[in-house]
Amino acid sequence: MATYRELLQRVKAEITEIDAPSIDLKGDAVLVDVRRHDEWEQGHIPGAIHIPRGSLESRIEGLVPDRNATVVVYCASGERSAFGAKSLAELGYLNVSSLAGGFTDWKRNGYEIDLPRSLSPERRTRYSRHLLIPEIGDEGQLKLLDSRVLLIGAGGLGSPAALYLAAAGVGRIGIIDADIVDETNLQRQIAHSLDTLGSPKVDSAKRSIEALNPDVEVRTYRERLTSENIDRILDEGWDVIVDGADNFPTRYLVNDASVWRGIPVVHGSIYRFEGQVTVFKPGDGPCYRCLFPEPPPPELAPSCSEGGVLGVLPGIVGTLQTNEALKLALDIGDPLIGRLLLVDALAADFSEVRVAKNPNCPVCGEHPTITEYIDYVEFCSR
Amino acid sequence: MSVVRVPPALREETGGAREVEADGATVRELLDNLSSSLPSLGERIYDGEGIRPFVNVYVDGEDVRTLGGLDAPVREHATVVLLPAMAGGSARAR
Repeated sequence: MATYRELLQRVKAEITEIDAPSIDLKGDAVLVDVRRHDEWEQGHIPGAIHIPRGSLESRIEGLVPDRNATVVVYCASGERSAFGAKSLAELGYLNVSSLAGGFTDWKRNGYEIDLPRSLSPERRTRYSRHLLIPEIGDEGQLKLLDSRVLLIGAGGLGSPAALYLAAAGVGRIGIIDADIVDETNLQRQIAHSLDTLGSPKVDSAKRSIEALNPDVEVRTYRERLTSENIDRILDEGWDVIVDGADNFPTRYLVNDASVWRGIPVVHGSIYRFEGQVTVFKPGDGPCYRCLFPEPPPPELAPSCSEGGVLGVLPGIVGTLQTNEALKLALDIGDPLIGRLLLVDALAADFSEVRVAKNPNCPVCGEHPTITEYIDYVEFCSR
Repeated sequence: MSVVRVPPALREETGGAREVEADGATVRELLDNLSSSLPSLGERIYDGEGIRPFVNVYVDGEDVRTLGGLDAPVREHATVVLLPAMAGGSARAR
């Protein structure tokens, strides 16, 4: 019967060991860290993938399908990785080695390491219901904290979006709105309250967000989006735009800018009991002009004086938009790309129509005819 | 006979009806029939030659522009959705 030391010696004799100086981090070797999660969290070799020793055999094929790949396995000292390397060789990996001295020597000799960021205990508690979901977890939550979402409008759709994005821990929320909070807003615009009547909506929404989650940095733009200011605002850097505008000129401006900059837009619109939600992701699907190439002429635009909306409808549509925005920020799930979701609150009916990319689209088509911003005239005077 | 779903923005033209029926083996026939029974609805979506650019018509979930436009076939008992562009986000009173 062999002792552990004898077994280790025997295994080490069968595998190849590699020294730290022979590893080229810029090369194409795949580094596999087989330590425990808590060891990984305290630092690892840059670019390494993490597969705890216990799951190495079951997960390696999914992560490194190529049996000819150069694989370097490492652990803390080179022992667990020796067994790991032997196991991979048995699975048919032809170029496997184990890092001699492991991560401990690597670090001691001053080689580069990555210190993964981790969530503070306070954030771990606040976001615990996200952390429990495998699709989000620590990594996803850190992604959300790094993400930047721009809201067009702090009204019916922007209100629930602002609150739920803030609650989810989106790190930066931008809000564009030129309006002031008035009494008629409170029937549905839940980011505002009696306390903020008469204040700019952007300030009122900022206050609600900050009361909910101090992790969020709020940037406010108390202005109406135009061809003059859109580049300045978008230059600040946004991962996702949530479009809850209440007019066509803004929607076309946002669309054209987002196509040119490659920023996905989560589109939502509402009227009485009915809403529409879709995602326009440049390069991946249609844009707003593929759906509607141009705004309607004033005489055929939906009558503004007969607007009106069931108060909860923007809540439904705005939270559906938020769901899409979070998925895009996390890069999970199937976003509503190329699908227009039609919500009928009165019938409690959800249906979908397909939105195809238009090869003749004036903005995202093969031969674009629109290459600079257009300021359409607002159709309804207030 | 196909069912044509009418969005709220166009229901004025149908006397409030959410759905109307229309016959036609192609989109052109269907819209022609719809226009003769409900001229003001027809006017909003169809200019006699083509579908207006700010209105979409879907047959069984597909935009008819991708199916061959006005000549696209419409099966018996199809579901047709009319969809004008909507801008509203906060539906403010104006």
